[in-house]
Amino acid sequence: MTVLEARTLNKSFGALRASDGVSLDLRAGEIHAVIGPNGAGKSTFIAQLCGSLTPDSGTVHLLGEDVTALPVPARARRGLARTFQISALAMEDTVLANALLGAMGAGGTPWRFFAPVRRDQTLRDRAEAALARVGLADRAHVRTADLSHGQRRQLEVAVALTLGPKAFVMDEPMAGLGADGSKAMTGLLDGLRVEAPILLVEHDMDAVFALADRISVLVAGRLVATGTTAAIRADANVRRAYLGEDA
Amino acid sequence: MREGAVNAVLLAGLVAFPIWAQAADEPFLITLATRAVILALAAVGLNIALGWGGMVSLGHAAFFGIGGYAMGILAFHAQTYAPLMEWPFVIEGTKSMPVIWLVAVVASALAALGIGLLSLRTTGVYFIMITLAFGQMLYYFTISWTAYGGEDGMSIYVRNGFPGLNTLVPVEFYGLCLAILLLVLALNAALVRAPFGLALNAARQSPERVRTVGIDPGRLQLAAFVLSGAITGLAGALFADLNRFVSPSMLSWQMSGELIVFVILGGTARLFGPVAGAILFVALEHLLGGVSDYWHVFLGALLLLVVLFARGGLVGFLAGRVR
Repeated sequence: MTVLEARTLNKSFGALRASDGVSLDLRAGEIHAVIGPNGAGKSTFIAQLCGSLTPDSGTVHLLGEDVTALPVPARARRGLARTFQISALAMEDTVLANALLGAMGAGGTPWRFFAPVRRDQTLRDRAEAALARVGLADRAHVRTADLSHGQRRQLEVAVALTLGPKAFVMDEPMAGLGADGSKAMTGLLDGLRVEAPILLVEHDMDAVFALADRISVLVAGRLVATGTTAAIRADANVRRAYLGEDA
Repeated sequence: MREGAVNAVLLAGLVAFPIWAQAADEPFLITLATRAVILALAAVGLNIALGWGGMVSLGHAAFFGIGGYAMGILAFHAQTYAPLMEWPFVIEGTKSMPVIWLVAVVASALAALGIGLLSLRTTGVYFIMITLAFGQMLYYFTISWTAYGGEDGMSIYVRNGFPGLNTLVPVEFYGLCLAILLLVLALNAALVRAPFGLALNAARQSPERVRTVGIDPGRLQLAAFVLSGAITGLAGALFADLNRFVSPSMLSWQMSGELIVFVILGGTARLFGPVAGAILFVALEHLLGGVSDYWHVFLGALLLLVVLFARGGLVGFLAGRVR
């Protein structure tokens, strides 16, 4: 079943064609990796999927619904959970506060002015379950700015989890992680695909080949190949365009 | 000292001061304290927008002035026995504080909604400039509004009334103003802990994050701006009643600047920050104003010290914790 689908997305910035007829689908239960060199248009592609950029033409469908015209919050409420390459978190607030924010967004309950959020057991359960899932349960009351880089990456995933998502879109979750961190994150993402499929944009090829069911290769705004991990590994075009001759 | 202890000391001081001043037979000091409490209320309003919402509004004097003129206009019509309007229905003036407050809150909230809708399309320096521009627009409007005194403003002969109190007695009016300040602070404290406060806090730090969990940060900020303007408007009505006088100077951009100074001096996004800031300002004005006409020099030096060395403001400095 297709959960998230991009149909012939086109997006230009002046003379630069950042997306050139990109079509891609994300199916239930899979991790679909998008790889490509810097400047290939991966960020532009993600931005169009999540709603922070509107394509010049083409459509985005979430669970069969055309969401092309919907802004970021509306797509998030429909279950599209995004993580950022550079952590976008409320740094002055606690880890739990960040997770609660996600739970509030998912529950549609930010418009409450009096009852303390910390006494809302439904929100707390949701937030704490997500933190436990990524292994941050014992860091709940730490200020987010005091977390290590790796823990912030985990928190990004936890906030996405609080949405009870239908699909994840993850922008380089391994960015800046050391070997141990990457391994831990790989393990975490591996287990997440049963909850919701993951569209994974990633530079860490070890992680990509370990995790992905399918891989799409984006070069200069165009998808040059889509296929199973084994097929992409064997694809001569991909080797030449991206992985390097000796890969 | 924890922040809660600092707040408790400030609160105790606000309650004890008039009792002492009454015993020492210094009614003028009570009026001075009332001024501090009302300015504190105005700054508490601004703190919601500036401190938690991260919206540096240089136009909050507009709401302060709208509150002031709400009082002035209603009381003016009550003392001249001329209705505000006769068609399609008659609206009379009033000398009743609760009615005046309601009008002041609604009028300033509506103004904040309009100004916020337009200003929040921008951020940073542009937001500061556009709020300043709206403030100045209303300022010059009041100057040209000759029906209500124009540049000279207008006087109200007798302070407006509140059921069960003699508002002409300084200590009774002080108690009324303090009660309102404490009520608003209690609401502010609840707001900060409620889902709305958490989301607003996050929207200031990372709007992208808030959008990504399905919440529109602009709407949170607009709601905070309206609430903020309404509180500052209520303070404006009280301020006009304290002076029994309202004039365009309430809407001047210096007034907006002073409100920002109160918040920064006391500690942004700290519940009692604006209270500490306003008290300090009024105390310095009183003590140093007698020494030199140029007392603002000392205030400027103090503000410089706070910004350079005590980012948490006075409350943050005393609480000894950096957030």
